[in-house]
Amino acid sequence: MHIIEGFLPGFWALVWFGIATPVVSYGTLKTARLVKSDSINKSHGAVAAAFIFVLSALKIPSVTGSTSHPTGTGISVVLFGPAITAFLSTIVLLYQALLLGHGGLTTLGANVTSMGIVGPLFGWLVFRSLRPYVDLQKATFAAAVVANWTTYLVTSLQLGAAFPTEAGIGGIVDATLTFAGVFSVTQIPVGIVEGALAAGLIGYIAMSNESVRNRLQVTA
Amino acid sequence: MNRWLAAGGLLIAGLIMFSFGSAGAWGGADAVAGEKVELIDPTYEPWFESLWTPPSSEIETLLFSLQAAIGGIVIGYLIGRTSTRESSSDLL
Repeated sequence: MHIIEGFLPGFWALVWFGIATPVVSYGTLKTARLVKSDSINKSHGAVAAAFIFVLSALKIPSVTGSTSHPTGTGISVVLFGPAITAFLSTIVLLYQALLLGHGGLTTLGANVTSMGIVGPLFGWLVFRSLRPYVDLQKATFAAAVVANWTTYLVTSLQLGAAFPTEAGIGGIVDATLTFAGVFSVTQIPVGIVEGALAAGLIGYIAMSNESVRNRLQVTA
Repeated sequence: MNRWLAAGGLLIAGLIMFSFGSAGAWGGADAVAGEKVELIDPTYEPWFESLWTPPSSEIETLLFSLQAAIGGIVIGYLIGRTSTRESSSDLL
């Protein structure tokens, strides 16, 4: 789910663009360095981008009779961290805004902030925290699930801040909970599916490549 | 064991997703959020529209499928190439 075109007031659209722009710029520089690095890294960057491309195209039906889609950011978060994920997510969100009428240009800053920045940042923190204690696939599963759920919590907060039910913090919290209630029934199972897919793919990548095994500290 | 747990988790998630849906809807959660916005603030008018939207739901589905297909081909090709390279170097 992305915020629909025109569904954020101009002020909030600018705020989220202001937050997203420096992070995406930094991510662009990091991605450019990645592309110039060795071919294995380049290949895995392309796989991470493709995973976002595939998963964010899947509309999965859910509890409420509505559909939603995974974010697909888990592989990129685990392999490259949040900055490169922000850049890759921006490409996918632009594609969807321009060619599918999904999301939007005026809401791009907000959608990048939720799906490309805050969700991946929390996923990455979870991965780094868990990795010393659990194996690669379990840590990746947790990272992808947290990245997905955080994305939709941030989207709820963005909508809640723009459309509070009443003036003041209480109104923002109330509206945020309302939007989170809409998404949670869809996203809780979708996040779990996304986590399982990301864990499966990272396991395969690690199994097939020694440099990834070393980088992600896979010993067995 | 882990694979069985993962498969079981996926099955349960799938059952939850498909068991409670109200028939006939299956619209996007983004549209549901849009309806909530209209409920909270009925005076709000979206101030910008998409520059281009697919002319029919079939074409939209085609474009989403194309997106997934492009991603799937890239993943399959690159992982296949990497594993082939790795197994070739093992033989040397």
